[in-house]
Amino acid sequence: MIQVGLQHFLVVGALLFCLGILCVLTRRNAVAVLIGIELMLNAAGLNFIAFARHQGDLAGGSLLVLFVIVLAAAEAAVALALILAFRRQVRTLDVDQIDSLKG
Amino acid sequence: MHGHETSQVIESFNLLWLIPFLPLLGAVSNGLAGHWLQKRFGEKAVHTIAVGLPWLSFLVAVVAFFKLRSLPEGALLLDRLWTWVAVGQFHVELAFGMDALSAMMALIVTFVGSLIHVYSIGYMHGDESYFRFFTYLNLFMFAMLTLVLGDNLLLMFVGWEGVGLCSYLLIGFWYRDLNNARAGMKAFVVNRIGDFGFLVGFFILFWGLGGNWGEGGYHLGGQASLAFRELPALVAPLADKLLWGVPLATLVGIFFFVGATGKSAQIPLYVWLPDAMAGPTPVSALIHAATMVTAGVYMVARMNFLYVLSPAAMTVVALTGAATALFAATIGCLQYDIKKVLAYSTVSQLGYMFIGVGVGAFWAGSYHLLTHDFFKACLFLGAGSVILSMHHEQDMRKMGGLGRVMPLTRWTYWVACVAIAGFPIASGFFSKDEILWRAFDSAALLVPGWVPWLLGFVAAGLTSFYMFRSYFMTFTGETVKVHGHEPEEQRPVVTGVLVMLAIGAVMLAFVGLPHLWMHAPPALEHFLAPVFAAAEELPRAGHGHGTEWGLMLASLGVAFLGLGIAWWLYRGRKNPLPDRLRQAFPRLHRVVYNKYYVDEIYQATAVRGFLGLSRMNAWFDVHIIDGLVNGAGTFTRALAWIDGAIDTYLVDGAVNLVADSIRAAGARLRRIQTGRLPAYLGGLLLGGVVLVVISRILIDIYG
Repeated sequence: MIQVGLQHFLVVGALLFCLGILCVLTRRNAVAVLIGIELMLNAAGLNFIAFARHQGDLAGGSLLVLFVIVLAAAEAAVALALILAFRRQVRTLDVDQIDSLKG
Repeated sequence: MHGHETSQVIESFNLLWLIPFLPLLGAVSNGLAGHWLQKRFGEKAVHTIAVGLPWLSFLVAVVAFFKLRSLPEGALLLDRLWTWVAVGQFHVELAFGMDALSAMMALIVTFVGSLIHVYSIGYMHGDESYFRFFTYLNLFMFAMLTLVLGDNLLLMFVGWEGVGLCSYLLIGFWYRDLNNARAGMKAFVVNRIGDFGFLVGFFILFWGLGGNWGEGGYHLGGQASLAFRELPALVAPLADKLLWGVPLATLVGIFFFVGATGKSAQIPLYVWLPDAMAGPTPVSALIHAATMVTAGVYMVARMNFLYVLSPAAMTVVALTGAATALFAATIGCLQYDIKKVLAYSTVSQLGYMFIGVGVGAFWAGSYHLLTHDFFKACLFLGAGSVILSMHHEQDMRKMGGLGRVMPLTRWTYWVACVAIAGFPIASGFFSKDEILWRAFDSAALLVPGWVPWLLGFVAAGLTSFYMFRSYFMTFTGETVKVHGHEPEEQRPVVTGVLVMLAIGAVMLAFVGLPHLWMHAPPALEHFLAPVFAAAEELPRAGHGHGTEWGLMLASLGVAFLGLGIAWWLYRGRKNPLPDRLRQAFPRLHRVVYNKYYVDEIYQATAVRGFLGLSRMNAWFDVHIIDGLVNGAGTFTRALAWIDGAIDTYLVDGAVNLVADSIRAAGARLRRIQTGRLPAYLGGLLLGGVVLVVISRILIDIYG
């Protein structure tokens, strides 16, 4: 029976974060990119709760996680709306082709 | 010499300003609304205003005159309106003053002027610019009364210029005829030449008065005043002061007299007056015989305290007057235009007045001014009546026999002729004879008194001749027909005025009956004496009563001689001798008839010289001044071109260089903005990693 300690949570968080980065950088679908971002946010939230537990200040950590969740929800709403509008405009979700901000 | 002003009574009289301003009111109302009035209500409305106001003004003058008479001798009525100029110690009021001399002048101007206004109702009847005529005439009255009543030299000068302007306007009244317009211009220009002299005299006098003639010579800072009541005391100390080596009084007196020669038509500036007859006849009578042309005489009489200081100036005045009297009389003898005869007669009579004031007999000059006003106005208006009846024919050769059909005109003309010719039943004799006697008896001049006397004496004979010549040519002989029927007498508004003036011409004898007859000074002399107090001390030759009687008889004799010759040659227009004489001496006749070619000489010398000068100036202007201006322009343009080049290549170059380099940098930098999302995210990540690494390193270094 292994003791699940701080390190385990941090490793899971880091893995989750790396998977998120990988997802963001490699996937070409905009929705997948958005999912990657969600993963990174959740990795950050896991880290928060792990450190909170470790330091014995569960209330403060939970509060921050709650903020992150709300932020993620808001971000998802705005980002999905943008993606939807964008798709209507250019008929594609491939982020490699979305370069109208090119200077 | 100046004892009289210390005891002078100065009485405030607040109605005096009405005398000049009532006619001004008429001028303004007719000037602004006259056209409408004439259209809406006819001529009656126009002349009710224009003739009524001068009569009102005459009434005020009469009231003022009686007020003056009720005061002690030498009193002055003063009406101060407001301060006009106040600069340092120089103080001029807008004030009207009335002493004996200006009372006489104001009465003449308002009375004769008003009569001539009445006459104009008849003369100008039917003229389309009826209202304009009366506007000018009223304006003239205002200017003349300002001249006469002005309390200081400056105000007098305002009137002086004003009458000149009105004269110009009225000579050119029928301006559609180029000759009239030209005559008006000539009058104005010639008058301006005289006025320039007047102004120079004015400035010199002011300079002298404004100075402080202390031990170290002239320097500014004296007490200057131009009021006539203060001038005698201020001028007296200037008697021995010199300017350019000439006594100041002489200089001022002569320059003032130059002004008088312009306004009063004396040699050498008389040439405008005969041409001025182009104006309507009432104008000739009012302005160019009775009032305006006497302004010069009035001015010299007014400045008598100045002239008595300078025998030289007095000599110039007297001799110029005498020469003019004779010169103009000779021209008058051969003219055929009835108004021209009267014009030269006016010039000649003005010459007499200047003899009077020139020899120091200021009252005699003023008296002749008074009598001349009446008889010359009567003559002019009589001539106007004749001209009207002849349908604007002025040539006496085409007249004749008018006496039978125009009895009133004829007899008034005759009375005036008698007056001017110097027969002792009318006023002219007394004024002219007093002048001649005082000239003969004078010892104040640089020449003996008989010199001006002789010139005036000969002129008197000629006067009698040419006046009766005009009378006989016009009124005797067979009655001419105009357009098939005989001329008719004029309306009563015309003849009534003639009768009044003729009565005046006779009655005025009573104010000047000579000392010799009455054993008392003439009434007018007595009345005017305080004004001319300065002249009392002038030296007299002291000829006795015998000489005076002798001269008087000689005058009478020469007048009879003139009358006799005129009678013989022209009565009934039957004697062929005048024509034969003309053919016998064609050259002499031509020279005199053409006025000695003075106009032509002026044209050839002064006018052409002036035109040449102005052409030279024009050339100078075009070639030199314009050349300089254009040169400056070209230079500026070259300078501007260089400046423009610097601006374009240097300044703009620097600005563009900055802009270009920024744009080039921008072109390079824009490559970063790929617009691709993964690239941005990668960059973001890389940045995060770099930040983490840097912070790690920093923590390691600084702990």
